[in-house]
Amino acid sequence: MMRPRMTRLPIPTARARALAAVLAAGALLPAVLTGCAPAGGTTAGADERTGARPAGTITVFAAASLKGTFTELAHAFEAANPGSSVTLSFAGSSDLVGQISQGAPADVFASADAANMQKLQDAGLADGTPRNFATNTLAIAMPPGNPAGIGSLKDLARPGVKLVTCARQVPCGAAAAKVAEAAGLELRPVSEENAVTDVLGKVTSAEADAGLVYATDINAAGGKVAGIGFAESQGAVNTYPIVATTTSRNKATAQAFLDLVTGAEGQKVLAAAGFGPADASGQGK
Amino acid sequence: MPPGSTPHAYTAIPGWVRALAVVAAVVVVLPLLAMVLRVDWTHFVPLVTSESSLTALALSLRTSAASTVLCIVLGVPLAVVLARDTFRLQGLLRSLVLLPLVLPPVVGGIALLYTFGRQGLLGRTLDVLGLQIAFSTTAVVLAQTFVALPFLVVSLEGALRTSGSRYEAVAATLGAPPGIVFRRVTLPLVLPGLASGAVLSFARSLGEFGATLTFAGSLQGVTRTLPLEIYLQRETDPDAAVALSLVLVAVAVAVVALAYRRPAAARTGSGRTTAAAPAGGNVT
Repeated sequence: MMRPRMTRLPIPTARARALAAVLAAGALLPAVLTGCAPAGGTTAGADERTGARPAGTITVFAAASLKGTFTELAHAFEAANPGSSVTLSFAGSSDLVGQISQGAPADVFASADAANMQKLQDAGLADGTPRNFATNTLAIAMPPGNPAGIGSLKDLARPGVKLVTCARQVPCGAAAAKVAEAAGLELRPVSEENAVTDVLGKVTSAEADAGLVYATDINAAGGKVAGIGFAESQGAVNTYPIVATTTSRNKATAQAFLDLVTGAEGQKVLAAAGFGPADASGQGK
Repeated sequence: MPPGSTPHAYTAIPGWVRALAVVAAVVVVLPLLAMVLRVDWTHFVPLVTSESSLTALALSLRTSAASTVLCIVLGVPLAVVLARDTFRLQGLLRSLVLLPLVLPPVVGGIALLYTFGRQGLLGRTLDVLGLQIAFSTTAVVLAQTFVALPFLVVSLEGALRTSGSRYEAVAATLGAPPGIVFRRVTLPLVLPGLASGAVLSFARSLGEFGATLTFAGSLQGVTRTLPLEIYLQRETDPDAAVALSLVLVAVAVAVVALAYRRPAAARTGSGRTTAAAPAGGNVT
């Protein structure tokens, strides 16, 4: 190891060191940037190729509303398949599609709606036909005690009621608009949020009198919000499709996780969280 | 070596420092460049001039102007008190005032919610007065003021400390009451600092996102400022989001350029005040 401490450096050497530093930093940067990303099943080895037991690491990108259920299912998967590991990443479906398109290492993508799954398919990143595994409908969330006395969807259009919904550009907002239109109601929300979690936040903090969220969100919020369902919600049912990605390096394990979600155990966990069963006609099995 | 002289040998920068400086510059500039390269120029004008974009831009400019005025009205006295006065817990107050600089904006939003929200500390009082702040444009201005105020206070306090209180003392011995000293001596002396602080506050207000989203909500024409519009457009129309982002970058570049014209600003600033007080630049 050369340690030119306290020695007089001729200029060329200084230049060379500067160059070396640039090169080193340049080489380091991508490593730093990708350092936090999970390794996409590179350690699985030959096991997966032979189609034996699922093993190795898979990364599952799932819609934010699946956080509770998929966390539970990932633990179940790891317990049933020793040597396997599931890394989960939750965000809005459109964010996730964007990330996968930009090269994020996802093995499985579970979307909260068909539109975002279509985007993944259009990008040529869906491996096979997506399978529908759950449905979700809208429900009305109110602060505990229901200060505005909301009892039905029609009450949301009452003047003076502070209603918060998602913006039309996101799935929960599109569903809200569809439901309102079908019911012939003109909703005037005081805020149109980007994500259903933001709507829920406005309701739990009691800033809003009511919010249109998914039925499963009310379940997951526990006692922090009161909720009522409404018949009109059946006019805008969100279907959740799931698929493995073409970029997956651990296809066998990804497929096994898909089977778990669409199988009896997955369906039981999803139903317990308030998800509806998926319409069999949409399945591509 | 006599103090104050700066021999050339000492300004030499080691090669590795230069190299890392280049990397640092690349870290900042490259993402901006990447964004510019992604702009869909053929549709740029229609994307940027869509109704929702223009509404958001207008709202952003209006609210940022309002919060800059609020920052000046409230921030100048605070900076003066912090720079000139001495009192117990002064250091603590200064640290607390600077907190929004380092707080994640969403935390600021939550704090504001529990202050001005319906269930908040002041919410009930405001309700009695017939004021409802949540989901209103007022909430946007409050959120922006909360995050932008430290910029003005820091800039101005620095300017006040640098200018010193000699001229104020002289004016006072010549019989000027505190009000006159403040208006005719103190303020003109720190005008450049005040100007750059105000510009930075405006820029910070323009970019405010997290606190607004948490505290004010998002509704076109009422609370959906340009950053919130960009965030929403990204969901469906990434091209529009990129185009709008470029507009914000352009505004930011203009603002930074304005704020860092300091030497020139200092000259004109003190030049006008020579009648009231000898300008700092003329004294050696």
